[in-house]
Parts: sequence; structure tokens; C-alpha cells
Amino acid sequence: MAKEKMTGAQALLRCLEAEDVEYVFGVPGGAILPVYDALFEATHREGAKLKHVLVRHEQVGAHAAEGYALATGKVGVCFATSGPGATNLVTGIADAYMDSVPLVAITGNVPQTLIGTDAFQEADITGITTPITKHNWLVTDVEDLPRIVKEAFFLARSGRPGPVLVDIPKDVQNAVFEFEYPETVNIPGYMPAPKEPPRLAEAATLIRSATRPIVYLGGGVRTSGSYAEVLAFVELVGAPVVTTVHGKGVFPETHPRCLGMFGMHGSRYANYAVQDSDLIIALGARFDDRVTGKLAAFAPEAKVVHLDVDPAEISKLVTATVPLVGDLKALLPKLHAEVQKTFEARGRPDLAPWLARVDAWREKHPLRYVQEPDGPILPQKAIEVIYERTRGKAVVTTGVGEHQMFAAQWYKSDYPRQFITSGGAGTMGYCLPSAIGAQLGRPGELVIGIDGDGSFQMTLQDLATAVELELPIKIFVLNNLFLGMVRQWQELFYENRFSATPLKDCPDLVKLAEAYGCLGLRARKLEELEPVVEQALAHQGGPVIVDIRVRRQEKVFPMVPAGAPLNDMIGGE
Amino acid sequence: MERIEEKQSYSLHTISLLVQNLPGVLSRIAGLFSRRGYNIVSLTVGPTEREDYSRMTIVVRLSSMTVEQVVRQVQKLVPVVEVRELKPQDLVERELMLVKIKTPEKNHSELRALAETYEASIVDVSPDALIVEATGNAGKLDALEDRLKGYGIQEICRSGRIALERGFKTLAPPNLK
Ligand SMILES: Cc1ncc(C[n+]2csc(CCOP(=O)(O)OP(=O)(O)O)c2C)c(N)n1
Ligand SMILES: [Mg+2]
Repeated sequence: MAKEKMTGAQALLRCLEAEDVEYVFGVPGGAILPVYDALFEATHREGAKLKHVLVRHEQVGAHAAEGYALATGKVGVCFATSGPGATNLVTGIADAYMDSVPLVAITGNVPQTLIGTDAFQEADITGITTPITKHNWLVTDVEDLPRIVKEAFFLARSGRPGPVLVDIPKDVQNAVFEFEYPETVNIPGYMPAPKEPPRLAEAATLIRSATRPIVYLGGGVRTSGSYAEVLAFVELVGAPVVTTVHGKGVFPETHPRCLGMFGMHGSRYANYAVQDSDLIIALGARFDDRVTGKLAAFAPEAKVVHLDVDPAEISKLVTATVPLVGDLKALLPKLHAEVQKTFEARGRPDLAPWLARVDAWREKHPLRYVQEPDGPILPQKAIEVIYERTRGKAVVTTGVGEHQMFAAQWYKSDYPRQFITSGGAGTMGYCLPSAIGAQLGRPGELVIGIDGDGSFQMTLQDLATAVELELPIKIFVLNNLFLGMVRQWQELFYENRFSATPLKDCPDLVKLAEAYGCLGLRARKLEELEPVVEQALAHQGGPVIVDIRVRRQEKVFPMVPAGAPLNDMIGGE
Repeated sequence: MERIEEKQSYSLHTISLLVQNLPGVLSRIAGLFSRRGYNIVSLTVGPTEREDYSRMTIVVRLSSMTVEQVVRQVQKLVPVVEVRELKPQDLVERELMLVKIKTPEKNHSELRALAETYEASIVDVSPDALIVEATGNAGKLDALEDRLKGYGIQEICRSGRIALERGFKTLAPPNLK
């Protein structure tokens, strides 16, 4: 690429174009004005591919970038100005860090002459985001800008993905230099190759010797896109499969071997199977406390084969009997071949008794609910209706709370990148923003939100963004007039003292939808549910908000109380 | 099967890092230790044979966490080029200590003799105070400190440990070697 004279702001946009960025989500402000000025030209130019989405709050920008990234597998990008603009990104960046979402956040900062003087809208955003980014940079010289942006995208998407932040002082945005985008990055010491070769034979021996193996799939499978490899491996090994919430859809959830999600709100049969296993094959997963329950009592008889790209996840919480560090896409086929060789030499293990035991649990303790024909709508029922009417094919985003766990239990996901949710951070307000990002990333597809009334009210101002973009998203608010998940804990562990959880004065969501220019619908009774869902799905054009009034105190079961062993569940017998 | 649980006892480990001299590198590393609950006993940082790299020696006190886990977390920081635990039997470690002692002049000769035993020197003398400088491993300096207590220690300044691995192995990735 030939060198070209331009400003830092223009160069930044050229870098984004070189990285094939389609959408940037942001809000302008004083310290990022030069970038926005350059953006005017870059997005209006003929044949421009780069588009800017004006969100109404920077947190939404970050979550929308996450939704885009998770729906497409590409890097999400967001912009914010200095000070409050940058700090508004923090929740979204933290969320992306917990869930390993590739995100590049770009912030303007005050001119370097003012840095450190408590200038207007100055914030040490690199300092603030150091614990929640893979890396961040304060650009002090425009000559460094192209290299830094190149490294930013590389770090965000490589290895275990995650958020990065590039903070650009205003004078650097204005500085003129000879731009050239580097073709390669050189980060010494990043992702060093493992010092020893993978212990594949040992892993294969463990798999051959196990009589009660289970395959545990996490978000790493989604990151690596190794769906076909995982399916083939599971079919070879013949073990039952459990997933985390981010593992939903990386293996078809309706596959006979799939027991769905395990953990705090996993099914009884999934939790029993994990707890009783003698070998856990963990692929792209990190043994989070929401899945293990009480760690000391977790799967006491299980050996562990742990395959992950991040060596720091190995033996962090559960000691790996055989660790395998590397990209699943490259490593799993090698393990597959080794297991196949072992099976050919020594025969396949007989898993029939184990599979029969698992099936018996599944038959005895299925996920279930009882919808009274003239009782209030149950949230589980609402999700089942939505599942059926979307033929299980929608891209689903959620808020955080009971509705999220009901959605994880009842919206079976057969397709990867179909279920988009805030897992590690559990960030309320995630549903609408991530639906916006997902719909932009997958324009022809049906994108729906399953939200809670509390979560919805945390970011609803961005209905304006969805309307402006005419996004055909459908947000189903499972409205229980409660901060339901907290109320559930108060019911179970705090003797029904509903401290600060009733949300009685919920605004009229139908009118609110209309005020924003959306279609607003409501279902109060069971007989209204299906027609309203149909109507929402049939609606052409902009967003639809559906206020589904659900039974106020329906609880998510089964539940492993915090700190209890995984097989010590309440409810859902 | 092992599950990582709280251990009551703790252990000390010496970790050596080669880091890129990037802005904020010290706070990135110190921040990682504090947010993950690894207790830093001492931390030293200084230039190396290459001007764009620094070497850090961190002594860390661990109870529930394994040192391998710490090393892997530290390795993930982008400016960290290489990191390794140096096992006690494999390392040469040194620490520098300055001790200011307030004591009448009549004790000075006795102190001089004591310092000599520990290969320490007296680097500043005024009528009622002197400064002892000593280098060595932590055990030796602890012993000297103990002996000096009786004379009235006013201030102690210890540098924290620096360490290198014995033998030919170096802490640098192949492309830097
Ligand atoms: C930003 C944020 N604040 C607080 C919480 C704690 N919290 C977890 S679930 C929940 C209630 C969610 O209410 P709602 O969105 O209505 O969902 P429901 O549980 O009622 O289905 C709260 C307050 C959180 N997860 N995120
Ligand atoms: Mg609610």
C-alpha cells in the first residue's frame, strides 16, 4: 500500500475499512469530533461500506457491537467521546470481557497537553478499562496509530477473543502524517506455543477407559466454529452432551445425545449426568461457578480432559487430568483421530448402561410446567409458543433474569450463534442492544428478543435507534412486574421480603412502543398469546414490542442454590 | 479428582518476567496481581540488556492458587514477553538492604565488625548515626537485620529480590535470543 497524507482521524477510518468493518456503533462528542467529521465523508462517499449507527447511549453501542460480533463471528466496533462517553462503555466492555466477545472500542480523549490536568471530560479510560480488556492503548503519536489499530483487531479476534480499547487524544486525531496500514503484527510473547506436544494418547486412553463419559461444550466451540468437528467427535465417542448457556446451539440441542444446559438452572438430568460422570471432556469451557455449583463437591469421580485455547483456564478451578491447549478447530480432529485409533485397537467402550441411566433420569425428571387453561400465562408457555411459531429458527437475544433462564431452558437451539445472551457478567439491558447488533449483522434473518420488564427498562431508549434503522426485530417482554430473579431468591432464601423488587408502575409498554413509532402489542390471557405472537411475527417493517403479562411469581426450576453441590437442586422433580 | 480449594497454608514463589517497556506496564502487572488476589511480597523492576525490555522479579505469596496459574495469567498480559517461576534450587537471588542505626559513636567499631561478618559495609557515618549497606539473599539479610536490632534501627530500606536462573537458560523468546 502506498503512503498517503492524511489526519489521524481519517487514518483511523481507513484502518477500519481495511479490517472490513461494516458497522460502528457510537455517540459523538467534543473529544472525538475530528473522527466524526472524517466519518461524514467516509460514510457518504460513493460505494462506502462503512456505516455508523447512532445509538442513544454508549452502553447500547457496546452491547450492539457485541450482538453483531456474536451473531456474525466478526469483530464489533464502537465509538465514544472522552469522559462520560467513555465511562458509559465500561459495562459493555466488561460484559465482552467476561464472555470473550471480540470488541474494539475507540474513544476520543482531550488533547495531550490537557491530559493529567483534570480537564473538562477527561477520564483515564485506559486505566479504568485495564482490568476488563485484553489490552488497551493511549495513542500518543499519530505515527503509531495504524500499527495500534492493526494490533487491536488482531488481539480482539485471535486466541481467546475479547475487548480492546484504543484511546486517541484529540491532537492525535488532528495530526497529519503519511498513512500506511501495516500488513502484519508483531507482538512478542503473545500466545506462546505450548512447551510440550499435546497429550493426545493419554486423553484417548482416558476416553477409552471411561464408562460414564460426558462432553461439556462451552462458548469456545462457538468462537472456534468447530461445530462439524464437535458433532463428529461426539458421534465417535458416543457420550451424552451438556452445554453452558454460550454453548447453546454449537451442538444441536434437539440431538438425542444432547441434555441441554447444565448448572444452576440446568435440567435435573443434565446435572445428574455431569455429577455422576467418570470423565468430563470439556471443550472450550471454563468451569464457571454457575455450572459447577459447589466446587469441592463437583463431579467427585470424574477425571477431566480439558481442551481450551486459553492456558490460564486449565486447572484454574478444576484440575485437568489431561490438559490440551490450543485451538479446538485444529486440535479436536487430532484428538478424534487418536480416539479412533484407540477404539480400533482396543474396541469401543460399552456405554449402553450409562446412556440408559441418563435416559431414565431424563424420563423421570423432564423440564416441565403446568399451564392452567384459565390461569395466567406462564413464561415457559410463552417461550414454547414463540419457539414453535419461529420453528426454532430465530436468532434470540435476552435480558438477564428469570426470563433469560426460561429462554435458555425452553428455546432449544439447533444452530450456532443463535442464542445471544449475557452470561459471565449477567448484564440487564442486554436484550434490545444485542438484538439491534444481531439484526444488522444478519439482515435477512428473524431476530427476536426475550426480555424482562426490568431489563427492558434499562436500555429501552434505543428503540429510537431500531426505529430509525427500521429493524424488524420483535422484542417479547415477559412482564412479571418484578425484578423477578431477585424476587425468586427473596422467596427462596429471604422469607418473601420483597425488598426493592416489585416493578409495579411499569409504563404502558404498548403506548411506549407507539410513542417510539413501533408496533405495540399485549397478551394478558392465554387465548391472546398465540394470536399476538403470530401478529408480531407477521409484522413487516420496524420493531415490535410485545408486552406478555406472565404469572408474577413463577420461579425458574430446577435451581442449584448458590454454594450447593450440583445435584442438590430445588424444584423440578 | 482434585478440585481447587482454599488451602490454609501459603507458599512463597519467585517469578521472573521479561516485559516490553510499554506505558503502564507496571500498573498492568500490579493490577493483575491485586485483582486476582495474589499477594506481592516484593516487586523489582529494572532495565535489561535490551533497552526496550525490562525485567521484573516478583516474590508472591500464594495460598489457594497454584504458581502455574499465576504464571499463566501473567503470560496473558500483552506486554509480558516471557514469565517463569524460578525454583529456589535453580536461582541466584540478591537483595540490597540499607539500615540506618542511631547509636553512640562508641558502638561504631563493634558495628563495623558485625558488618564485616556479613560482608556488609558502612556507607555513611555521622556522630550518632550510621548507615549499613548489605547485599545477599533474603535469609542472610534477615539475620543481619536481627543482629542490628539491638543497636536501635531507625529506618530500613530493602530493595526486594532480584533473581536470575543458574546456567545458560535465559528468559527471552527465541526471536530475541
Ligand atoms: C445491570 C444489572 N443490575 C442488577 C442486576 C441484578 N439482577 C439480576 S436479575 C434481576 C432482575 C431482572 O428483572 P427482569 O429483567 O424483569 O427479569 P425477570 O427476572 O423478572 O424475568 C436483577 C435486578 C443485574 N443482573 N444487572
Ligand atoms: Mg421482570
